[in-house]
Amino acid sequence: MKILVCVSKTPETTANINFTNNNTEFDTNGVSFIMNPYDEWYALVRALELTEANGGSVTIVNVGPSINDAVIKKGLAIGAKDAVRIDAEPTSALFVAKQIAAYAKSEAYDIIFTGKESIDYNGSLVGGMIAELLDLPYISYASSMELAGSTATLQREIEGGTEVVQLDTPFVVSAAKGMAEQRIPNMRGIMMAKKKPLNVATAEAAQSNEKVVEFKEVPKDRAIKMINPEDMAELVRLLHEEAKAI
Amino acid sequence: MVLVFVDHNGGQFKKATFEVVTYGKKVADLLSCECAALVLGAVDNAGILGQYGANRVINVSNDNLTNFDSQTYTSAIAQVAEKIGAKVVIVGHNSTGKSIVGRLAAKMDAAVISGAKAVPTNDNGFVVEKNVFSGKGIASYLLDTDIKIISLMGNSIQPEVTGTDASPEAMELSINPPKVRVIERKTISGIVPLPEAEMVVSAGRGMGAPDKWGIIEELAEILGATTACSRPVADTGWRPHHEHVGQTGVAIRPNLYFAIGISGAIQHLAGVSSSKVIVVINKDPEAPFFKNADYGVVGDLFEVVPALNAALKDFKANNN
Repeated sequence: MKILVCVSKTPETTANINFTNNNTEFDTNGVSFIMNPYDEWYALVRALELTEANGGSVTIVNVGPSINDAVIKKGLAIGAKDAVRIDAEPTSALFVAKQIAAYAKSEAYDIIFTGKESIDYNGSLVGGMIAELLDLPYISYASSMELAGSTATLQREIEGGTEVVQLDTPFVVSAAKGMAEQRIPNMRGIMMAKKKPLNVATAEAAQSNEKVVEFKEVPKDRAIKMINPEDMAELVRLLHEEAKAI
Repeated sequence: MVLVFVDHNGGQFKKATFEVVTYGKKVADLLSCECAALVLGAVDNAGILGQYGANRVINVSNDNLTNFDSQTYTSAIAQVAEKIGAKVVIVGHNSTGKSIVGRLAAKMDAAVISGAKAVPTNDNGFVVEKNVFSGKGIASYLLDTDIKIISLMGNSIQPEVTGTDASPEAMELSINPPKVRVIERKTISGIVPLPEAEMVVSAGRGMGAPDKWGIIEELAEILGATTACSRPVADTGWRPHHEHVGQTGVAIRPNLYFAIGISGAIQHLAGVSSSKVIVVINKDPEAPFFKNADYGVVGDLFEVVPALNAALKDFKANNN
């Protein structure tokens, strides 16, 4: 079983988000970066569990500059066999998907994993794009996945419930909470990661169809009104008459 | 032409459906063109979409489209888009839409914005806003191709009735058999899913123990709200994972959000800050959530919430 896990680099979850260059760029000053939590906690760990149970190997792929190597190495420390970094600025979801699809085309992966979305641009796009470019089925927001031979049974989150689906490999899946539990790399893993291959591939020519022209901060115009805890009738009155929320 | 793909649940439309059609009508007005709505599968009242601004309602029935598969649905939407010459294709940013929006953009090599939260502007190119950094920022995207793909975040606009029923037209498409087999579909009836909920009652570690949620459920029931929780509460198994709202959970944008016994960590705020009105109840006056709320109550939640429930019951009794 050959599994590819697509990972992206994102600001850490507690980062304060600021913008620069006349609000046209994300200000990375003072921001620490991590592997996108959905890619790491759910996609990568479930991929590793599947190969531990069924045999096979997990490869990590990332599209980005060399500064991303630290994030990729964490994935190797958690247990991936090797990694590929496609050397290009990830300028749009479709640009990234085209790079990964071009790489994956000749490798015949049984399963390609992504996280359900990245916590920076929240696009939830790359998995579906890779699937379309490779003409593969795609299951999004999977919260569990079991494998019997080449048939996978997945549960996916839908509005107010769940859907259970079955399909045969190869396919693309995006992993959501529930798929696996976070793994902390141990010292042995970190030492072994140093010897694992991190290959660098040249990017394909591709353009980006959209771009961010302006960032804005979320308006913080909430002026709090404190209510006496003994007077909940007053809160109800305000919610009805002032906020018109009930 | 603007093409809106609308989702339905076993033949039933939801409010989100009408939001997407209303949005499509506004985009069509912006571009001075017509709006077509596409329904896949059997729906009795597809014509109703005309009321929300669809000039045409296209209803495709095909055995290979009975169950949802992102591949067959993408193929169907792309075929219809081509047949009618659609310049903008719009889907809802729900579990169906999220599965197809990327596929559509790749298939049509089109510019895409997923999770749009406002009607586009067309003054300096076609520009659309969405939340980024899990609700910590807003970005305006310029979509720079002839054909554009948009998925619309729920609760971004209100449905507006502007027209009359349309008469659905059939269209023949060639669709390959789906590779995905749907085994089971379970929805909890009677509960509005969190991403669509207009009122949400959420509680956190301040509850102390999982068996104390009765007062929270009672508050939700009085309001007709959906219950939610903070991440630590879901992680310790006090509440199910699907109730977790925040940066790594479900992002919500209700009209009214109650945060009870939740301190307001930045990751939690990121997922709920799009709520219109926020009420925070916490015994700690220094809880960061008070800086991001409209109404605050400092007090013991086990006294405040039952009192609130009683006051709400009085209010409901006098206003019904």
